[in-house]
This record gives sequence, C-alpha cells and structure tokens, in this order.
Amino acid sequence: MSLLDIKGLNLSIHSTQILRDVSLSLEEGKVLGLIGESGSGKSMTALSVMQLLPNGAEMSGQIMFADRDLTAQTESQMCALRGGDIGMIFQEPMTALNPVQTIGDQVAESVRIHKGFGRREALIEARKVLDKVELPAAEFPLNRYPHQLSGGQRQRVGIAVSIACNPKLLIADEPTTALDVTTQAEILALIKRLVLEDRMAAIFVTHDLAVVSDLADSIAIMKSGEIVEAGPTRKVLAEASHPYTAALLEASAHAPERFDVSADTPLLEVRSLTCTYPGRRQHLLHKPDPKIAVNKVSFTLQRGESLGLVGESGCGKSTLARTILGLITPQSGQIALDSGTVPNGQPMPRHMRAKMQVVFQDPFSSFNPRHRVARLITEPFHLLPNPPKGAERENAISDALASVGLAPSDARKYIHEFSGGQRQRIAIARALIARPELILLDEAVSALDVSIRAQILDLLSDLAQKFGLSYLFISHDLHVVRAITDRVLVMKSGKIVESGSTEDVLHNPVHPYTRSLLAATPVLSI
Amino acid sequence: MLRYALKRLVSLLGALAVASVVVFAAIEVIPGDPAAYMLGLNAAPETVAALRAELGLDAGPIARYINWVTGMLQGDFGISYTYRTPVSEMVGDRLWISLPLALYALALSTIIAFPVGIWAASKRGTSVDIGIMGFTQLGVAIPNFWFAMILVVIFAINLRWFSAGGFPGWGGGLFPGLKALTLPAIALALPQASILSRVMRSALVDMLDQDFMRTARAKGLTQGQALRRHALRNAMIPVLTILGLQFSFLLAGAIIIENVFFLPGLGRLIFQAIAQRDLIVVESVVMILVFAVILVTFLVDLAYAAVDPRLRVH
Repeated sequence: MSLLDIKGLNLSIHSTQILRDVSLSLEEGKVLGLIGESGSGKSMTALSVMQLLPNGAEMSGQIMFADRDLTAQTESQMCALRGGDIGMIFQEPMTALNPVQTIGDQVAESVRIHKGFGRREALIEARKVLDKVELPAAEFPLNRYPHQLSGGQRQRVGIAVSIACNPKLLIADEPTTALDVTTQAEILALIKRLVLEDRMAAIFVTHDLAVVSDLADSIAIMKSGEIVEAGPTRKVLAEASHPYTAALLEASAHAPERFDVSADTPLLEVRSLTCTYPGRRQHLLHKPDPKIAVNKVSFTLQRGESLGLVGESGCGKSTLARTILGLITPQSGQIALDSGTVPNGQPMPRHMRAKMQVVFQDPFSSFNPRHRVARLITEPFHLLPNPPKGAERENAISDALASVGLAPSDARKYIHEFSGGQRQRIAIARALIARPELILLDEAVSALDVSIRAQILDLLSDLAQKFGLSYLFISHDLHVVRAITDRVLVMKSGKIVESGSTEDVLHNPVHPYTRSLLAATPVLSI
Repeated sequence: MLRYALKRLVSLLGALAVASVVVFAAIEVIPGDPAAYMLGLNAAPETVAALRAELGLDAGPIARYINWVTGMLQGDFGISYTYRTPVSEMVGDRLWISLPLALYALALSTIIAFPVGIWAASKRGTSVDIGIMGFTQLGVAIPNFWFAMILVVIFAINLRWFSAGGFPGWGGGLFPGLKALTLPAIALALPQASILSRVMRSALVDMLDQDFMRTARAKGLTQGQALRRHALRNAMIPVLTILGLQFSFLLAGAIIIENVFFLPGLGRLIFQAIAQRDLIVVESVVMILVFAVILVTFLVDLAYAAVDPRLRVH
C-alpha cells in the first residue's frame, strides 16, 4: 500500500495547462526524486500535494495520501495535514522564515498548531527539534532571529519547522539550490539522516540529478508538465531509455569542445590587491576595524586563457571581480591590463575599462526592463572615444546578436520577451559589442537549467576561439569550472589558497579547502 | 537595543538644538518691531525704546538666543507682548485641548484603520476590497472642514446629541470634555483613518506574496491566521511611519477644525499670535511643536526597533 498515490493529475492556472496526467506513487519510508528543468511543473506537483496552489488554479485527478483523497479535503482538514502529516521545505532559506520572529517561536508554532501544546511546552519541544537538526542550544538559543543565522543554518530551521510534528511525508522543493556546495552537502546529509531515522517518506524536488542520485530510491523525470520517465534510480540513470533523460544526463556532464588559443603574453596582472570594507563599529569612540574582503591577491591571466576562480559565497570573489572591473577602488595593490596600469588608489581610466566586460549571474534582474535590446547591448559604447553611429551602429548590433545566435530583429524587443537562456545570450552580446579583450563571467551560468547551461558553455567556447577572448570565470560549481577553464584559482577568506592547471587542481588537490570543496560536490553516481 | 535607543536620543537632542537656532533666526529676520506694534502708530520714540529695553529686545541676538533657550529649559517661555501674561500659561491651557484632541483623533483613526486595512488585505481583489478602497478614496478626498460641518448639522443641530462647538474645560470631569471633543475628533480622524487603512492594506498585500507566508501556510495555518500572526508585524514599519506623521499633523494642523468648533487650541493660538506680531508666543509655540514632532519621531524609531529585530543592531 503506498503512502502517496497521485493519479491522473491535471492542473491549469488561469487556463494555461501546467500539469498533464501526472501519476506518481511513493511507499512509506522511501525517497522519490522529482527532477526537471524550470517550468517543468515539478514545484507545482509538490504544491498540489500541499493544496497550496496559486489563485486561479484548476485541478483534476486524484491525490491519495494515507487513504484520503487530498483533492476532496476541506480547507480546515488540509490545515490539519499541512505541517502535521505532510511537511514541506522550500528553496529560499533567506526569505522562507519570518524575519521578525525568533527561530524558537517559529518552530514552536508548528507544535502548537498540531499538538495543541501551550507556548512553554511547545518551546521545550522546539528545542528538541532544533537539536535534532544540529543547531545546538549553546550556539543557537531559541531567541535567535533569522538574520543572525547563515543560509545553511536558516535552512536547518526551515527543516526543523517542517519536521517538528514528525510528518509521514516530507516534501523538499530545491532545498539546497541556493546554498554553497559544502553547505549543500551538510543539508543533504541531514535530510538523509532524518529520513532514515524517522522512516519518513520524502519527495525531493530538484533540477540537479547529481544531488538526488544517491539519496532517492526512485526518480521521476518531468518535462513540460508531464512525467517522461519514472522508476528505480539506478535503472533510470543506467538505461536512460527516454531521449529527454539521455539529453539531461549528457547536458549535466557536458564539456564544450575547447581550442587552445592561449599565448604566453600576460593580459591581466593583479599584484597584491587588497580591498576592505568598513566594519561594524564596536565602540562609539573607536574607529571600526575594516573588514578585509580581498587580501593581497596576486595572479596573472594570459592572453587567450580561460581562468577559473572558485570559492564559496563570502570568500571575496565578487569583490575581486568588481575591483578588476574598476567598480571598486582597491585600498592597495596594482591592476595592469594589456599595457595600461591603474594608478595607485585612483579610479580606473576609461580606456582600460573598455577592454573588459562582464556577464552577471541573474539574467532576470541585470537588465533595465524599460529599454529595448538595441539600447541595452550598446551600453558599453559609452566607454569608447568614438562610438559607432548610424549604419555602423546598426551593423555592430546585428553582428553582436548574430554571434550569440539571436536574430537582428530581436534588437527591437524588450527583455521580458526572452527566456532565461536567451537573456544570458543578450548579456553576452552586450559584453561582446565593444570588442573587449577580457570578459568576466560572474556565476554566469549558475542560474540556468542544465541543457541551457550546456548551450551557453558551447557558445562561450566558440566565441573565445572566434574573437581571441580571455575569460575570468567565477563560479562555485566545480563541474562548470572543469568544463570551461584552463587554469583555476581557489579562493578562501579573501586569499588565493591554491592555483594551477584545472586538471591538476581538481585531480590532485593539495590544500585541504580544495579537497573539502571537491568532496562536497555532488557526483552523478550511475 | 539600549545602544540603539541612546543613539536615537543623542540625535533627538541634536535635532532640537538645530531647530531652536533655525526658529530663532527665522523670527529674527521677520520685519516688524513688536514694541512699536504694541504701542501703536503714535507712540513717542523714547517710549518705544523704553519698552524695547523692558522686553529685552535691545540686547544682541546671541545674548537673546541664550536667554530664550535657558528660559525655556526652566519652563519660562517669557511674557506675551500682547496679553502681558506668561506664555507658558497660555500654551499650557491650549495644550490641554490640542493634545487630547490629537490623541483622541489618532486613537479613532487607528481603531478604524487597522481592522479595515486587514479586512481589505485578506479579501484582496474581491468586491469587499474594491468597495473598501473606494470608500477610503472618498475619505481622503472629502475636505475635513466640510465633513465637520455635516457632522454639526446632523449630530448637533438635528439630533442634538452634541453641542455645535466650544469647550467646557476639564473642570467638569472627563466625560463632558471628551464629549465636546468627539465631533472634532471624528472630523479629524476620517481622512487619517482612510490614509492609514490604505497604507495598512498595501503593506499587508506586499507581505502576502513573501516566502515566509508560504512557510506559514505549509505549517498548517489558515490564510487568516498567517496574515495576523506573520504578515501583520512585518507590515508595521510603514504603518508606524504614517502614524507618527499623523500625530504631528493632528497636534499642529487642526487649526481649521478648531475654528469650525470654536476650540481654543494651539493652532488658533499660533494663528492669532502671528497676526498680532506676538513673536515670543510664535517662537515658543513653534518650539513646542518642534519638540513634539521630534519626540514622536523618537518614539516611532523605538517602535521600529521593537517591531523589527534587524533594526536593533544599528
């Protein structure tokens, strides 16, 4: 007898079909991996089980949970199930907790709702649950607020909220996507332990096959609102009988064809660069100690080379990128690009800035939504002494769009008319248009689905060869760094702790930090 | 929290010091000699000079500023040029009308606005929400003096429940005083409640789409419980800001309503003082209002920190 049995679930929101004939079943104590790219309907399937669908949703089909049809429950019956027999963890630990309530109260609330405990008893229970998710009382008293915790710690609180009443079914919707690799590994280990200890059944929703491959007993692969393949994990991954599964597996291990174009002439030289931020004032009369974000970093990037920079969030890699771009003036150190040097402590001269461009992570928020593509991608022209005008400008726009695989007619559209992958292509076109020598890619493919990511990596590799570009590729994802870079720098707490050729560093890591990063990276085990 | 409060207190004192200089300097540059004004057009120059000396107007500006400030710190606001009575007494009498009126109106506005705003937000997009928003739009648009006159026509003239104006004083007990202030307070509260309920609704609606509201629902709270337990406190920051501004406005800006109901409040006092060039009264009342506004801002700042723990560290 299965705990959860979804039969022929159809869902449309404002008459747009989201799910088509989805059927799934899950035994007690088993883990189901629900895998798909963004928009595949995997989160909506999870929310259908919770009956927490957005307004305008129309559903048909059956969702049997412990012999009850969830689609036929009243709202108050569902309230008794949510957080009671069914717990749910969400993706964004930074925003999923109430910022003005203590973590103790937030965990205790679940207990109060479902077990009818008073505040005092519920807080005692909350303490036990927080201990269980490895937030010990000494460091994490109940009166902590979410803003005093890191992302991983907040996700632990989120897990504590969802398991406080020992649910029979735990639904985890991309619970580790927003976290660093090492934190992700810890959270995955925690979820695995809880599922085993309490014999909970779990649905683990993710876009990353590697994350669930050694956690899930069975997996279901979704595409455009349908389940294209489902079965025991090993079998599905080994056989990959559906072409989409095969394509997904290929894309997640995709390495673009690369051509060695690097020469032995340095393009970018960074010498003992230090950047500090003003720290928090500890005493009213004392000057606050500065916070060192980048600590005496030196490296050289050769012309035509693709250099990787890896490290976890907060290690200073984005500050380093911004300093190289001239957006932040460093406290000390030199940056030399091509033949120009930045005078010490002064802003970067314009002619140097014109030689490099950047592509950021978020393809949705890094464009002004009220400008047309033509205006968006010609922005770097203001760095040039004689920007092209008239027909010359039109040609430059068409060329830039063509080189990233878009049509010249796209220049007249607005950014909301494009998908995430297309937006990232537009960001690359913007970076290319002023013909820079160096492009900084700050987590440029991290927000993309695996299949789109594979296409963008291919595009970057082609462009490097065609235009003789150099890349500084900043990422926390070692798979991507391995696929696209020649050399790699490993950064921790503002310092470069290890550097060398990508293959060497990733195969024979010397520094313990590099080793822990590698160990934490999920590997697709087939 | 204590450090935060101390820091706010220091900035409160700084703001008061700056405000006193600005108020003093502004009065200095206004043309017109109070002594000449008091004695009339035909006064002899010697008499005017004598009066100037008596009023302390012949001293230098810095000496007069120091005099004025030290006087105020001791509760001595000087003597009114026109009425020859201590300013502190005049202001004290008026404050006992204006302050209760402002608090009364603010309480009414809050009592109306909170449930209305919460109700509209919880019925977002429905006819209830649209209806409430339409009504509050009207409440903002109707001039309060006109509304005050309608209130007088209905409740004072036709129904005879309240008197049409005037104030019996607090000597006769709490009830007659409050009764006399009821119609003016309602007239003042209507537009304030309309604004406040709109702010409340939009702040709550912003919260409804937050991730933590989804978490709250996934815990098993109903939509209404999630709104009251989680959204409400998060929505308080903009509401507190508006409440603070409204109190300041109600204290000093009630002049039209005071005139409609013949209430001798602070607004009327300052209006008369300006007309009569009674500069010492103007200075003092302005300074008291500045103090009230800064004090309310301070209290609102403390309330922010009480509501949102993230603000306590700065």
